[in-house]
Formats: sequence, structure tokens, C-alpha cells
Amino acid sequence: MEQSEHVLEVEGLGVVYQDRGLFGKKTSFQALTDVSFHVNKGEILGLVGESGCGKSTLSKAILGMLDTAIVTGEVRHLTKRPQMVFQDPAGSLNPAKTVGWILEEPLRVYGKYDAAERKRRVLDMLERVGLSKSYAGRKPGELSGGQKQRVSIAAALIRRPRFIIADEPVSALDVTIQAQILDLLWDLRHDLDLSYLFISHDLNVVYSICDRVMVMEKGRIIEQGSVDEVYDHPKEDYTKRLLSAVQY
Amino acid sequence: MFDLKNKTFRAGAVITLVMLLIITVGVFWTPYDPNAMDAAGKMAAPGPRHLFGTDNFGRDIFSRVVQGAGATFFIALCSVSIGLAAGLLVGGLTGYYGGWVDELLMRLNDTLTAFPSLLLTLVLIAVFQGGKYNIILALGVLFIPTFARIVRMEVARQKALDYVANARLMGVGDMRILFVHIMPNIWPVLLSAVAIGFNNAVLAEASMSYLGLGVQPPDPSLGRMLNEAQGYLLRAPWYALSAGAAIILLVLGFGLLSEGLGGDGRA
Repeated sequence: MEQSEHVLEVEGLGVVYQDRGLFGKKTSFQALTDVSFHVNKGEILGLVGESGCGKSTLSKAILGMLDTAIVTGEVRHLTKRPQMVFQDPAGSLNPAKTVGWILEEPLRVYGKYDAAERKRRVLDMLERVGLSKSYAGRKPGELSGGQKQRVSIAAALIRRPRFIIADEPVSALDVTIQAQILDLLWDLRHDLDLSYLFISHDLNVVYSICDRVMVMEKGRIIEQGSVDEVYDHPKEDYTKRLLSAVQY
Repeated sequence: MFDLKNKTFRAGAVITLVMLLIITVGVFWTPYDPNAMDAAGKMAAPGPRHLFGTDNFGRDIFSRVVQGAGATFFIALCSVSIGLAAGLLVGGLTGYYGGWVDELLMRLNDTLTAFPSLLLTLVLIAVFQGGKYNIILALGVLFIPTFARIVRMEVARQKALDYVANARLMGVGDMRILFVHIMPNIWPVLLSAVAIGFNNAVLAEASMSYLGLGVQPPDPSLGRMLNEAQGYLLRAPWYALSAGAAIILLVLGFGLLSEGLGGDGRA
């Protein structure tokens, strides 16, 4: 196996959700158990599994977004500012703000660019995701689902991260729009030198875009390998069952 | 945000704007000095000289209603502003951070809500003493829990949405997320509550001044005028009717506005 650069290394990651009411008994739920993997530079790594298996917990744990859960193990980010593209673009874009404002906000917070430079970067990014300049003045409510997802991809990319977690980025979209967004993600990978962790429950989508794939069941990664390897010669029964349920 | 096609909202807006116009003009000009007495013209019936007639001291009732409505509106504006500002801060912080401070403040809030508001106002005024500015303070404090509760609920709801998670991921600070990202999204709900707040403030001021605890004589306020008018209800009914009509119009305007904005139009 060739030696390649990693953008993310995860080792022995475990997540336990704890819940305690004001006077209630403590309850806990083991969402992730001993998860270890890495993402190579420039690759698209797929993560598949049924809903509720811990896929979204994994993405949140990687980005440090779990406030109340107990997280063990190690997450090493080897790139700066990893970002996330969420499933539902309607919820991930602030409905009260314009597209231009939303895209400019990460740059404003960063504070290194003046207004003219920020505007230039916003318009440049809009063009990269296939939207005209006029979209900068519109609010998310005025856009279609596909356009919204283009905006949230642009927002994730505006500070030029090298690693993106896409959590079910096309699941909320129509099939024809899905293909367009997948094409866009594919093209951006080359243009902007990106690596993705691509989370989906849809094996067809994963097959069409990913280089390698991991299969998750009940918070554990039970199988990983190249897409062809896993899809053609699945080792685990769970993977076989998942694959037999779809036509690809 | 404003649905101009909504008839309820339009009716409320028209009534409120007309009242505000009259009040604003009344600050600079009234047909007569509201406090000027005229011994010869006591309790004159409404007519061309005095639109709404005169009172027991011969004062022009129209001028007094205009200034009284102004005083009432000023008190409502100030007390709603105090309640809203403090409510935004308390509700925003508790809704955003949660935790035991949130639990404690909300249980305190529940306790306060359990008392009739008129009773609480009376208690606060007994502590602060009466008068225009103390009424403002008492009502303002009294409005804090209502606004805090609405803001807290909305902030907690918005906080769970992905755009907030996204903003955090992009390195936006907590205070900026709360006041710049979340707050604009709760205005539509809050506006309706603000209109109702005005409504309650107008009624509360009228009740307090009617009881002689609010605006002090000789300054007019709608509640004080009702108080003065009750002795002459049969001899000069126009006195009570004009003050009462002004209260009804103010409350009706704000109530319709609130309902048109999506609230239920009730206190």
C-alpha cells in the first residue's frame, strides 16, 4: 500500500450520550465504539449505514460539536478549519440574512480581509458553485433546494478549508438535483484541492462519488476498503444485506 | 414580515397610526391649554367651541384627551421598552446557555406569572410610591418575565437549528451568534408580543391612574380623566366617554396589530 498524506486521523473514538433529568435517573447510550480510520489527502471517503447507526454523531464528534456527550479517543486534524455541509440546507442557512451576508460572515469573523476583498471572495465563490452574482442579494427562502445547497457548500468553502465533512448533502434533494450537486462536489475537489468525508445512507450515491467506503453498524465500523472491493466482495453479512437491498 | 394584505393588520395599523398622529400633534399644539380653567364655561356640552365639551373646571376635554393619551402612550412606550430590553437579555442568555441559572429563573418566572398582574403592580407601586416615573418602572419590571419567556423559548428553538451549529463551526463567537444571528429570526414572534405589551401597558396605566396611583393631578392621563369623570357621569357623560373612547381605540389598534402579526390578539 502506498504511503499517502492524511488530512484526518481518528483513533479509538468513543461517544457516550448521557441524559439526566432534574431529579431523574441517569441514562446513557453508547453511540460510537472504538472507531478508527483516516482520510487520505484528495480522496472522498464514504460512510454508509442505516439511520441511527451513529453516522451523524461521528461527524459531530470529529468537529467537536458534541457539547454534552462524553467523547473518548483521539481525533487529529491535519488541516486547518475543517467545515461541514449539512443535510438540510433550509436549516443550515440563516433565514433572516441574505446569501451575500451568510457567505461573508466567516470572513468577517476571520478579520483579515477588508470589505472589498471580502466581497470579491464572496462573488468568486458564488461563481464557483454555479450561482450568478445576483444571488448575493437574495434570502435563502427565495431559493430552491438545490440552490440552497450550493450556497451552503459555498459557505463551507469560503475560508478555503482542505477537508469537508458532507453529512447527507443530497438526501433532501430531488434525484436530478442530486446529480448536479454531486457533480459540483466532484469538480470542487479538484479545483480547490479538497478531501471529503461523505456520509450517506444511499449506497448508489456513495458508489458514484467515493473512492473508499466504510460501513457502520451500531456505532462500530465493521468494514472498510475501496468502493469496488466492498461493493463486489463484501465480507460482512450486514454489508451484504445493505447491498442486496439496493440496485446500483 | 408585515403582511399588508392582512385586513386585521391593516385595520390595526390605521387606528394606531391615526392615534399616534393625534398624540404627536398634541405634544406641540392643542386647541386649548389642557390645564386652563374657565369658570364661566364649566361642563359645556360638545359643540363647535369645544369639540368634546368641557369638564367641571371648564377645561377643554379634547385637549385633555389628546395630552392624556400622549401621557398614557409615553408610559406604555417606556415600560414596554424596559420590559423588552431586559427580557431580551435575560431570555436570550438563559435560552442560549440553559443550565441551572435557566432553571432557577424560569421557576421564578412561573411563580410571578401565578399572581394576577394588577395585584403585583399594586405591590410594586406600594414599594416605589405612585407617580409617572414609578409607574413606568413598576410596569417595566412587571413585563420582564413575559418577554423573557417568549425570547427564551424562541432562542432555545433557534439554537437547535443547523445554521447556529454552522456559525459555531465557522468560529463565530457566542454573543455574536445570539444577538446577530439568532435575534433577527425571533423578531416576527416578538413584534406580536410587543403589540400586546403596549395593550397591557395602556390598560395597566389607565387602571393605576384611575385608582389615583399613576399620573398625578393636574397632568391629564386617560385613567385619571376616568377617575375625575365618574362624579359627573350623568351631568357630563361626554367627559367619561371621550377618555374611554381614547383608551378603547389605543387598545383596539394594538390588539388588531398583534393579531395581524400572527399573535392571538389577547393578553
